Amino acid sequence: MPTYQINVNGESRTVDVTEDTPVLWVLRDHLDLVGTKYGCGIGQCGACTIHVDGTAMRSCSLTLSQIDGKSITTIEGLSEDGTHPVQKAWKEVDVPQCGYCQAGQIMTASAFLDSNENPSEEDVKNAMHGNICRCASYTRIHKAVMIAAENMD
Amino acid sequence: MSTNNSITFSRRAFLRSSSLAGGGMLIGFNLFQACKPKVIAEPAIDLSTLAYNDFNAFIKIAENGAVTIFSPNPEIGQGVKTSMPMIIAEELDVAWKDVYVEQGILDTKNYTRQVAGGSQSIRHGWDALRETGAKAKQMLVSAAATRWGVDPSECTVSEGVITNAAGETLGYGDVVKDAALLEVPEEVTLKEPKDYKIIGTNIANVDIDKITTGKPLFGLDYKVDGMVYAAVVRPPAFGQKLTSYDDTEARAMPGVLDVIKIGGKVRAMLEEDPGFESKISSSDKIVVIAETTWQALNAKKAIKAEWENDLFMESTENHDQMLNGFLKGTQFETKRKDGDVKKAFAEADEVLERTYESPFLPHNCMEPMNFFANVTDEKIYLAGPIQTPAWKAGLVSKMLGRPEEDIHLEMTRMGGGFGRRLYGDFVLEAVEISDAIRKPVKMICTREDDVALGIYRPATKYRIKASIKDGEITGYHLKEAAINSNMYGLIPNFFPAGAIENYQVDVVSYKSNITTGAWRAPYTNFLAYAEQSFFDELAELMEVDKIQMRLDLLDKVKPDEDERIQYSPDRMKEVIKTAVEKSGWGTKPDNIYQGFVNYYCHNTHVAEVADVEIENGEPVVKKITCVVDCGIVVNPLGALNQIEGGVIDGVGHAMYGELQFDAGKPMAHNFDRYRLIRMKEAPIVETHFIKNEFSPTGLGEPTLPPAGGAIANALKAATGNRLYRQPFTKTPELLKVPSKEIIG
Ligand code: FES
Ligand code: FES
Repeated sequence: MPTYQINVNGESRTVDVTEDTPVLWVLRDHLDLVGTKYGCGIGQCGACTIHVDGTAMRSCSLTLSQIDGKSITTIEGLSEDGTHPVQKAWKEVDVPQCGYCQAGQIMTASAFLDSNENPSEEDVKNAMHGNICRCASYTRIHKAVMIAAENMD
Repeated sequence: MSTNNSITFSRRAFLRSSSLAGGGMLIGFNLFQACKPKVIAEPAIDLSTLAYNDFNAFIKIAENGAVTIFSPNPEIGQGVKTSMPMIIAEELDVAWKDVYVEQGILDTKNYTRQVAGGSQSIRHGWDALRETGAKAKQMLVSAAATRWGVDPSECTVSEGVITNAAGETLGYGDVVKDAALLEVPEEVTLKEPKDYKIIGTNIANVDIDKITTGKPLFGLDYKVDGMVYAAVVRPPAFGQKLTSYDDTEARAMPGVLDVIKIGGKVRAMLEEDPGFESKISSSDKIVVIAETTWQALNAKKAIKAEWENDLFMESTENHDQMLNGFLKGTQFETKRKDGDVKKAFAEADEVLERTYESPFLPHNCMEPMNFFANVTDEKIYLAGPIQTPAWKAGLVSKMLGRPEEDIHLEMTRMGGGFGRRLYGDFVLEAVEISDAIRKPVKMICTREDDVALGIYRPATKYRIKASIKDGEITGYHLKEAAINSNMYGLIPNFFPAGAIENYQVDVVSYKSNITTGAWRAPYTNFLAYAEQSFFDELAELMEVDKIQMRLDLLDKVKPDEDERIQYSPDRMKEVIKTAVEKSGWGTKPDNIYQGFVNYYCHNTHVAEVADVEIENGEPVVKKITCVVDCGIVVNPLGALNQIEGGVIDGVGHAMYGELQFDAGKPMAHNFDRYRLIRMKEAPIVETHFIKNEFSPTGLGEPTLPPAGGAIANALKAATGNRLYRQPFTKTPELLKVPSKEIIG
């Protein structure tokens, strides 16, 4: 099997996988970074969202060659101690129900807020519309993103 | 010390935690010596890393007074891992910042009802959990009193520190070892609600840090050394069975360790326990075992399997015809009968009859079905997301012919349940696989597998007929035609049972080979919409006020004379009146159309008002005002989350949810073809609690059923169209707003 070099959460890691392995499963099975979740595998739910050079992408639909030379951030690397403004807002609002979708929600929200300084309520709804929460914690997700928007550096 | 609040509590729950053999989580008694009293000064300490002394199956206490509380029930997102320990901590009298919560394992000796289902964890746990905390506190106080040589009644407790009359103090951590050896008191005094310090306060989800930083918590995250992954090829259609397969290509693929066939053990078990039949396919299945998830999923696609049609291959049209036929027929079983509905209809001035239809629904838990099993000669290790661990341990024991004591079952946090994880068909698969290969294995479903492996909410139809005579509702006849099973328990006695003199509920069901089961708020998730739409139509026909009609009906209910009536007309009236007030019912500007529902299920009384507005010519559900009487609210922060989730879930499935079948095959398999509600479609939910001191009832389900009815009634107000069929988006022509002239 070919060996790939990938840059995850600021570290360079080497993995031995077939080239068609989606980044999601490389993270989960090979690098023990299980915070990134599987929900649909076809880019429809957002549970597997990661940052690729700062942009939110669906790791279930990415192959290693697509992220060659790029840096990946997962929920585990969003901050050192869970204090990214989005994580803090999520705790303040107590967003999760089951919690399964939330890493993906947080990753979508944090990439969005990085490039949108003063989003309107509508902007936030549009940005988060692609992430399904089966427990329907949408009201709190919305609230937490609005709070985080105020606290982003 | 006995008061009204004291209840005799089973001693078994207090067997000391050494009996948690196999748990491996508890630290022995003699590791630590008690020393100076102290509670934690700095909440910054990571409580999970402390060394604890065992107290009982629910509690262990560290030297510095920190307490670990085991949460016995499975956590599916309903919040019990936070709220159940809160109840123990309240009576134990410790500060919440000093509490660390751990998930208990399956332990039928020490815990009762380790089930997540029916919104019953809090209701059933309320007395027992309070007793657990209070008895532990009393034992800790006794131990301190003995050490001081004083009477326990001279001691007071605050936040885990015991103080005697002379002002000396001992912390719980100082006396835990002595206390654990004491006799468990028969009776204790429980706190008055006015003295609560934890119950009724906002406590964040105990797993919030782990969730927001991506720590392993869920079944899919569970891993042990040497674990392999299994992907299962199941019949693509209900009613099919495996005839042959070719695994040559799959076996040659990278990482593939083995390809096996399973099914025999499940079939043998079904012969012994046919009750599980409608929950699992008895066909053989092919299993690909590989080193990683992706290898297993990939190789699964390379399996060439032949299937034969073994049973009738059902389609949605068949279900439709079947249920329509039943509603016309006479094969009903009567679930409740008051007076004589036939006579009421014969003598009526007017009769209204309507039929309401609902489709199959998959649960679509965000975390697809999966389970870990490691069958060894000594033990059977199981871990994963399951709502009914004890039931599954029983089935596994039967299936493998092994005693239940051999089973060690850990419950992981679940990425949703909604009823799907009541049925451990996936547990049995994982066990059969591990038993065959004798390795630790994780059985994993893709989303496509998960949808096709459904134990669905079955399609159901209701026909409701009512008679009006001299301006009164004199008769009410509800017929239910469903699939595989019918409404159960007290549902036939829900409102308006007891309010109408001639009242009858009849049910009938069709035996399908599509697997079906409970789905969040079984039966009522659709029944509430049907009945509450019907009430509105009745009020329109009678030309009476919709709210007043409901209140008048409630005036007639006499629960004292009929023990089957468990809803309280008074509590129901209060949620109705509060909802009228809080939603601004009847006082809204012309561009806001409202719909009303009051409902009782899962022991909780709810009223909801939906506000619909017209945007770009389309009706949009903007807001739901929700009034809830669930007694004492244990954790308002968690309760609100459940309520909002339940309401939006109810709106989403009423609007969009539908799974059709064609020749036994589900017509959608993933979120590209199956629509779940998303952010932009979610209404604002404004919640109001009725404040009282009734014992608390659950919130995982009761706010969902009214939501469909509230929006149907509001959409009728907005469009003039009555909706008789879910999902509402299936009839887009009825969601059009006619021009003003037509309405006016
Ligand atoms: S798992 Fe990647 S979008 Fe759903
Ligand atoms: S919190 Fe359960 S899926 Fe979002």
